[in-house]
Amino acid sequence: MDKLHNLMFAGVGGQGSLLIAELTSMAAADAGYDVKQTEVHGVSQRGGSVETHVRFGKKIYSPIVTPGEADVVLALELLEALRFAHYAYPGKGIILVNDHEIIPGSVSGAEDMYPHNAKAFLRDKKMNVITLKATQKAHELGDGRIANVVMLGALSTLIDIPSQSWQKALKLRLPTRYLDGNLKAFAAGEQMVRKENAAV
Amino acid sequence: MSELLLGNQAIARGAWEAGVTFASGYPGTPSTEIIETLAARYPETNPRWSANEKVAFEEGMGAAIGGLRVLVTMKHVGLNVAADAFMVFPYAGTNGGFVVISADDPGMHSSQNEQDNRYLARMGKVSVLEPSEAQECRDFVIEAFKLSEQFNAPIMLRTTTRLAHHKGLVEVGQREEVPQREFIPDPKRFSVPIYRHLRRPIVEQTIEALRDYAETSPLNRIENSDNSIGVVTSGISYQYVKEVLPEAGVLRLGMSNPLPPKLLKDFCSRYETVYVIEEGEPFIEEYMRSIGISNLIGKELFGVIGEYSPGRLREALEISKVPTPFTEEITILPRPPMMCVGCGHRTVFATLRQLKTIVAGDIGCYTMGALPPYEAEHTTFAMGASIGTAVGLERAGQDRVIAIIGDATFIHAGIPPLIDAVYNGSKLTLVILDNSATGMTGAQPHPAAGKNALGEDAPKLDLVKLVEATGVEMVEVVDTWQRKDVRRVISKALAHDGPAVVIAQGPCQQLPDMKRRDFLPFVVEEELCTQCDACFKVWCPAITRTEHGFPIINTAECTACTVCAQVCPPEAIRLAEKPFAVKL
Ligand SMILES: Cc1ncc(C[n+]2csc(CCOP(=O)(O)OP(=O)(O)O)c2C)c(N)n1
Ligand code: SF4
Repeated sequence: MDKLHNLMFAGVGGQGSLLIAELTSMAAADAGYDVKQTEVHGVSQRGGSVETHVRFGKKIYSPIVTPGEADVVLALELLEALRFAHYAYPGKGIILVNDHEIIPGSVSGAEDMYPHNAKAFLRDKKMNVITLKATQKAHELGDGRIANVVMLGALSTLIDIPSQSWQKALKLRLPTRYLDGNLKAFAAGEQMVRKENAAV
Repeated sequence: MSELLLGNQAIARGAWEAGVTFASGYPGTPSTEIIETLAARYPETNPRWSANEKVAFEEGMGAAIGGLRVLVTMKHVGLNVAADAFMVFPYAGTNGGFVVISADDPGMHSSQNEQDNRYLARMGKVSVLEPSEAQECRDFVIEAFKLSEQFNAPIMLRTTTRLAHHKGLVEVGQREEVPQREFIPDPKRFSVPIYRHLRRPIVEQTIEALRDYAETSPLNRIENSDNSIGVVTSGISYQYVKEVLPEAGVLRLGMSNPLPPKLLKDFCSRYETVYVIEEGEPFIEEYMRSIGISNLIGKELFGVIGEYSPGRLREALEISKVPTPFTEEITILPRPPMMCVGCGHRTVFATLRQLKTIVAGDIGCYTMGALPPYEAEHTTFAMGASIGTAVGLERAGQDRVIAIIGDATFIHAGIPPLIDAVYNGSKLTLVILDNSATGMTGAQPHPAAGKNALGEDAPKLDLVKLVEATGVEMVEVVDTWQRKDVRRVISKALAHDGPAVVIAQGPCQQLPDMKRRDFLPFVVEEELCTQCDACFKVWCPAITRTEHGFPIINTAECTACTVCAQVCPPEAIRLAEKPFAVKL
């Protein structure tokens, strides 16, 4: 309980990174932590880069996570993982990334300039990278939009929040008609990390 | 009981608890969620979206002198629009409690400028409270109402983006029902221009009384006074100080205007040097220097531009270095926002790009028309500025200037300049993007949308009649999903010998009704597709390429706007057979 947790969520507007950050904050609050979260919104529905910081522990002052201090950087897209990779704690921090590329729509020549070598780059930097095919998994589950919750399930295996708090947050925050699909996505994410970790 | 609330939600909660019975505001990041929260959770506060900030302020002012407890909300630049009334209100003083939220945006996350509104408050002799976290957002609003009624003074609560848009746990309480104060008509008080000489000294007496209060107010407090480092701070910077210099002696100013000279001098006399850590301009620092305190380190170390953060303080104080992005080693492409799939602005900007005229733009989602792929907007300044700028450019010899403005922005500040353009003989072409929403800030309703802040039906402003009444002879309405019509009508307006207005209609995709509707998306029939790539040239983000080079439409994103189908020569783009599930 005394440990301070710093998490960074990154994604593209519309992918639901804010939603999973919020679910994490709710779960952490339920687990008895002090929590602060900061997000920058305003134009985030429209395909821009979105970052949300979540911090929890015994007592939290600043809502902002400082670069180099994140326990986990969770990115829903590879370019966004690169953009925020320097937030990860050198050596200890984990970059949990959805193996998925979205080409920026309002940058000319983006298609040719997109860094397709993001994964290799991060590994070369000796970062602890866990890549998951969450978008693919979400499509298999029948709804590409729940990749964010697959990633959240994966995150839940890496941080100290009890399972019942996650379940409570999901139930409280999500509309009932989507709850089942999201619970499945969450469970799928948990399993994917366990497999990935077993393979390492 | 504690709840996880956004700073803005906590402000709304505090206002509700304080017994607010009237709330007016104008959408603007980072203030928007306050009125939205009041509308969704606390309708007894009578929240409304006003036509602009000046109107919101004046309605609030009227309600407050009428004896109600009033909250008025706006973003920092909104206070410029309301400044005329803001500067005069203190001459009369309030009756019921009056609190105005000024949401400043250091770092300009969603604004055109950085502006520290504590200076406007100093100029207007208005007291300012600055909370530092969500809990205090609630607490300070309640306190602000008490102060407002105690001193008959309007109070400003200044927030900043991080504060307004961070979440924290907030202990909440119950609503206090406050009886309405009696309104006693008194021209000597409320007709300021006539009796200004009588009122002027009262402005000074009030602010000096508040200064005395600030000397001992619990809003201004000293912590860890025995430490050897001293810090004076306000707003969210206080939280960063606690993080970075946990042991430091701190004078935390919850009230940053008027400032307490004795308290400041007394605090600073205990230290060799004192750091002044305040986001924005050196507002506190300059005051401290002006009263003769000189053992200060402030802006020369921490800077005036952009947001503060614990990392920035650590670097400035040489405590530690903070890692930077890997931009030197690998291309980290920027990812600016773009217009939504199906947004009606897209066809208009495609036309403007082709017409190659000078376009004076305005503030809204269409500001993105300046970016690729359209690159068809040449000026943008402040809400409503498109029309005046276009008229000026025309005078400066640019012919065929087009002004483009959103419906919300037109109502906010576009009507007087249109009247002026006609009156002074301009041949301006104006395109009003009529999407029934204040899109940029989250699709809030406005007077031409036919809904109010509570989502109820409201009288709908008739834009065509309004424009006709200004004397514009050519007014045409066009459907933005019909690309040929858009092109034809805008070209016709440009060719018209006189001022012309095109009202380009198509609903904002972020409107609840648009998100909830059921429809068939479009699909590409590969057998018919010749890979001519015409559909890629409508720049729809929902169209990407398959491994085999065919276009593919993301059915989850498609809005069935039909624009891609309109440009496909072999008619390979057609309606899907199955409806797609309702969007989230
Ligand atoms: C004085 C002022 N108030 C509020 C804002 C916040 N704001 C940004 S864009 C906008 C209006 C957007 O609506 P509209 O003009 O209809 O264009 P849309 O975004 O729907 O395309 C507002 C209110 C601002 N920038 N300046
Ligand atoms: S929010 Fe509305 S106005 Fe803005 S880009 Fe999207 S559809 Fe267009």
